Amino acid sequence: MLLQVRNLSTYFLADNGVVKAVDDISYDLEEGETLSIVGESGCGKTVSALSLLRLIPDPPGKIVNGKIIFEGRDLLTLSEDEICDIRGNRMAMIFQEPMTSLNPVLTIGHQVMEPLMLHKGMNRKEALKECIELLKGMQIPDARTMVGAYPHQFSGGMRQRVMVSMGLSCNPRLIIADEPTTALDVTIQAELLDLMKKLTRDHFTALIIITHNLGIVARYADKVIVMYAGRIVEKALTRELYRSPLHPYTIGLMESVPRLDQDIKQKLRPIEGQPPDLAYLPSGCSFHPRCRRAMERCRRESPTLREVSDNHEAACWIYE
Amino acid sequence: MNNVNTNALIQVRELTKFFPIYRGAIFRRKLGDLRALDGVSFDISRGETLGLVGESGCGKTTTGRTILQLEHPTSGKVFFEGRDITGIGKYEARRLRKHMQIIYQDPFGSLNPRMTVRDIVGEPLLIHELTKGRGEYRDRIDSLLKMVGLNPAMAARYPHEFSGGERQRIGIARALAVNPGFIICDEPVSALDVSIQAQIINLLEEIQEKFGLAYLFIAHDLAVVRHISNRIAVMYLGEIVEIADRKDLYREPMHPYTKALLAAIPIPDPEMEYSREHSMIKGEVPSLFDTPPGCKFHTRCPIMQKICRESRPVLKNMHGNEHMVACHLVI
Amino acid sequence: MNAHRHSYTIDASLPGPRSNAWTAFFTLMKHKVALAGLVILLGLLFMAVFAPVLAPSDPNEQDLYHVLEGPSLKHLLGTDDVGRDLLSRVIFGSRATLLMGALSTFFSAVIGVLIGLVAGYKGGIVDMVVMRITDTFMCVPALVLMLVIVSALGPGMQSIVLSITILSWTWFARIVRGQVMLVRELPYVEAANALGASGFRIMFKHLLPNVMAPIIVTATIALGGNIMLESAVSFLGLGVQQPTSSWGNELRIGYSYLEVVPLFSLAPGLMITLAVLAFNFIGDGLRDALDPRLRSSLGIRGNGYGRAGGTNAVVK
Repeated sequence: MLLQVRNLSTYFLADNGVVKAVDDISYDLEEGETLSIVGESGCGKTVSALSLLRLIPDPPGKIVNGKIIFEGRDLLTLSEDEICDIRGNRMAMIFQEPMTSLNPVLTIGHQVMEPLMLHKGMNRKEALKECIELLKGMQIPDARTMVGAYPHQFSGGMRQRVMVSMGLSCNPRLIIADEPTTALDVTIQAELLDLMKKLTRDHFTALIIITHNLGIVARYADKVIVMYAGRIVEKALTRELYRSPLHPYTIGLMESVPRLDQDIKQKLRPIEGQPPDLAYLPSGCSFHPRCRRAMERCRRESPTLREVSDNHEAACWIYE
Repeated sequence: MNNVNTNALIQVRELTKFFPIYRGAIFRRKLGDLRALDGVSFDISRGETLGLVGESGCGKTTTGRTILQLEHPTSGKVFFEGRDITGIGKYEARRLRKHMQIIYQDPFGSLNPRMTVRDIVGEPLLIHELTKGRGEYRDRIDSLLKMVGLNPAMAARYPHEFSGGERQRIGIARALAVNPGFIICDEPVSALDVSIQAQIINLLEEIQEKFGLAYLFIAHDLAVVRHISNRIAVMYLGEIVEIADRKDLYREPMHPYTKALLAAIPIPDPEMEYSREHSMIKGEVPSLFDTPPGCKFHTRCPIMQKICRESRPVLKNMHGNEHMVACHLVI
Repeated sequence: MNAHRHSYTIDASLPGPRSNAWTAFFTLMKHKVALAGLVILLGLLFMAVFAPVLAPSDPNEQDLYHVLEGPSLKHLLGTDDVGRDLLSRVIFGSRATLLMGALSTFFSAVIGVLIGLVAGYKGGIVDMVVMRITDTFMCVPALVLMLVIVSALGPGMQSIVLSITILSWTWFARIVRGQVMLVRELPYVEAANALGASGFRIMFKHLLPNVMAPIIVTATIALGGNIMLESAVSFLGLGVQQPTSSWGNELRIGYSYLEVVPLFSLAPGLMITLAVLAFNFIGDGLRDALDPRLRSSLGIRGNGYGRAGGTNAVVK
């Protein structure tokens, strides 16, 4: 097992109380597997990813509990030096905004070579050669000249590819992609994700894709985690999740998204209400104010994640 | 495309918008033109929704702004209720605003943070003097807020106290205040969470039915556009490459770009996705500054031929019905 | 309708409408330095308003038998060259100084903001012309201008206020113009345009309120600067004339007797320093309090949460 996350909780201290951005989540990831963490803004998916790499700013945030066992070691017990050794090397992250994630005053080449020289101990000449190979592998045209170019000379799609090259450069075992295509056009998105999927398959790299797009999940992920208000509400293999979603939130999401392949329905069935303010979470099950099937119990007690059918878990009182 | 459509509320003919690019501060030298719109034509009937899809840089937002005369087109004409409104002056434009409104993409930037909701929704009422007296003013605002699903008691609050979806509702209420016949929806749900998008889409459909509004629905999400539109136009680099009834477009896309767009959009169904082809076109979108000659799509087209490089295709009617495509290779 | 039930999402039990002014006020209160400045300012204002009550003697009462004396029980700060109580004169002097500072700042702000608004909104030729005019005014040497005005209108409060106004409106104009050029690109300004709003409406309802922050900060600091300017002018003898007292005025007289009665110079000098410091401190605090970036860190984040008091700044 490449990655085992156990009871991870990350809280933020704010003026008006504690914000439980991530509250007791656990999941596994094998080598070469693709996991998708789905949820809307504020559900904690990005914070959970940042927690893996211990990139949570402290203060005001703090990983208050849990274990992150990666390649046999609990990342939360490592020293700062040790975790730096893992970041970019064994575990890499690709961020959402290609505009701001690249340093505008350094050349593309410099930025891609940096992890190579830092983690793999290459000298400039070796790193440059490797860098050009990587850029070619990402189908960036004219790689040799592009190495001396600056980020602002590239389009969004190209910049994202550069980021992916940086992520793949040291052949990590796990790549975390945080909403990798939100800022991109659909056609560019498709190309980029296909490319990423192919490369991770070739190198047997595990991939965590964080997204809110149910289509991307269906296309690329082997298994899925659905998050809401900081907790996991459903966990399953992709096909299973789409074939029979269990949690009312998952069902609600699927029903509210217009789909290209379906007959044009008269009206979409949205989930009523708003996602909750994490500082003022509802009592009991966080989803109950918006849930069509809420019961009395849901208001009082918060359900735990439980296996409902083969390898398919859900946190809902309906299935007790 | 000159068929007389007596039901047409909006008629756009050969709309072009070029943004000249200069170099130098004192002695300006013209480098060329950014061709944001390059000959766009379509009609919108009363009560109809025309969807406008395309990726970034295709000119869909510019189309909306040019129709509203927020930008004057470089050439071409816009007709509203049969009247030519191209390049009208400021005063006439102001009167036009009672009939045409716009809903913006950014729920956070499109509301003045220093105005209360009441002020924001009431502003058009004041500008166009649509109510008399304070009582009527307040009542109208309250009823507008109720219409978009907001509690009128919230009218004294400020935009930052609301969520994205709620703010978008405020924007819709503001657009409705003048009782327009036509609303341009410029990516109204792109910045919202998925579960909220559906709420807003439903709301837009509701008020369209209630007030008989026509919409120009601009978006990049084809699935959303398909849901709400009657007809859809696909744009690429400032031109319409295909325009059809919504069923036809999805059932029988003809232009290679439309096909590529449809293929690129992931469908929430793993079984289906497994057997589909995803990425049909390669490469980057060319810049609007240096558009390719001939057919603008030829640099990325999987079925490109020699003629595509040489001459620019024109929108042609296929099968006699309303389905039009601009491609040399479609018979 | 179903939609209504779930759209009443803001709980009545949450704190009521919170305008940006309150948020700013609370932030300001947390700023120690600004607080100190505020205290000092309130003290000075108190002094000015209640001068007749606070002053131990009539500031114009001359006592030629006790001229240029040092501190005593009767005259806590001593007396001036014609036997008037220094303390009373300093206390009453605050009126003239603060009033002139306030008036000149107010007028220069009004003029500068209007000009900056128009220039920033209209852009193009109007902007260019206005800015060149502004540049011209900025080149005018202060002293020369004041001498000209004083010689034309005679010394006194009007001349001072007029000359300081002429000298300082350009700062406001510049800053406002810059800010307006930023704000006018924001979506809600275009939205107002799309609604059919007239230029006036856009300038005064949309642009002006959103550039108030730098205006307030500039005005506060300008107050301090203008007081110094007034003192300098009065020190040169071009300001308010005897028997009216202002701090600058007193400094002028005290200068001649610096060796004999140092307190004569120290007292008004200290007052001026305090006033300028106070305004600068408050200005600092205001700048922090009104900085939208800081506000957003205790306010609302991204697409989702807009509760009053929500602090989801770092959560995704």
